[in-house]
Amino acid sequence: MSYPSNVKVVKLPCTGRVDVLLILRAFESGVDGVYVAGCMEGECHFLRGNLRARRRVEYMKGLLEEVGLGGDRVEMFNMSASQGQRFAQCAREMTERIRSLGPSPVRKSSSNT
Amino acid sequence: MIVGDRKDFKEILEKLGSRRRVLVLGCNECVTVCGVGGEREVGILSAELRLYWKKEGETFEVREHTLERQCDYEYIDQIRGFVNDYDVILSMACGAGVQYVAEAYKTKLVLPAVNTTFLGVTIEQGVWSERCQGCGSCILDMTAGVCPIARCAKSLLNGPCGGSSGGKCEIDNETDCAWQLIVDRLKESDQMERYEEILPVKDWRTGREGGPRKRVREDLKL
Repeated sequence: MSYPSNVKVVKLPCTGRVDVLLILRAFESGVDGVYVAGCMEGECHFLRGNLRARRRVEYMKGLLEEVGLGGDRVEMFNMSASQGQRFAQCAREMTERIRSLGPSPVRKSSSNT
Repeated sequence: MIVGDRKDFKEILEKLGSRRRVLVLGCNECVTVCGVGGEREVGILSAELRLYWKKEGETFEVREHTLERQCDYEYIDQIRGFVNDYDVILSMACGAGVQYVAEAYKTKLVLPAVNTTFLGVTIEQGVWSERCQGCGSCILDMTAGVCPIARCAKSLLNGPCGGSSGGKCEIDNETDCAWQLIVDRLKESDQMERYEEILPVKDWRTGREGGPRKRVREDLKL
């Protein structure tokens, strides 16, 4: 299985740990896009973690629209632990999407606090 | 608790105008519980401001700080050492907190980042509902613990009105008819005889209609 080398994986115990602040911090650090790779819906070990993550990603899309980065820079994908090919496919899909959107406009300047 | 909504980001930007040194000030009390103005929300709004201004290539300084309360002077005083480093305080407290911060720092511009909406309860995580309007003369003993002032769209003291249908209010089918709730609870608690009592005209002077209110407890003063 190979996936684009530009994708940095941040491991979490469950996508239910994903918080809007975590994603915002990533964008503040200059990433061009963020996607959340959760388990298949209905198969969360913690019951609803991936469903909560999806709602937070949807909320995050609104925040990114507000600040002018665009909601398409964040996405939620579902896959099971055995679907390595889907993981790679999602990584390629998101990479292509972000490539078409271009670099994050935030990266131009990072001198402020 | 006091419940509110975060103002739209666009409105906050408009109010900030050209000011770029911003102290985003949260409150650890009610607005934290209702997810609108606590440390987390201060972080989110601050990150939004930084992302927006970075995108615009602007120079700015955003500081995040959350007080235990913004309705007590002893906590508000804690920012005195650095408040003058900023052009504006963007308060994420309820309206009381915003005003008290403004009173404490008379020369500073203090802007609200929250629309304060009601006194209410948590129905479930992420859902809040109005329960009290602070009318100053509680009648919950007469209404089976359900407030018709806050929960009836018409604040009827003797209801329901003709707009009650299937237990819902005519304003929308999501809103319970307060008087239906009162009757149901009077029945459940075997107090239906209370429903026969006509509640007298309310003296609204104890509420907002009597002007701004102030409470003094001499025994608690230092």
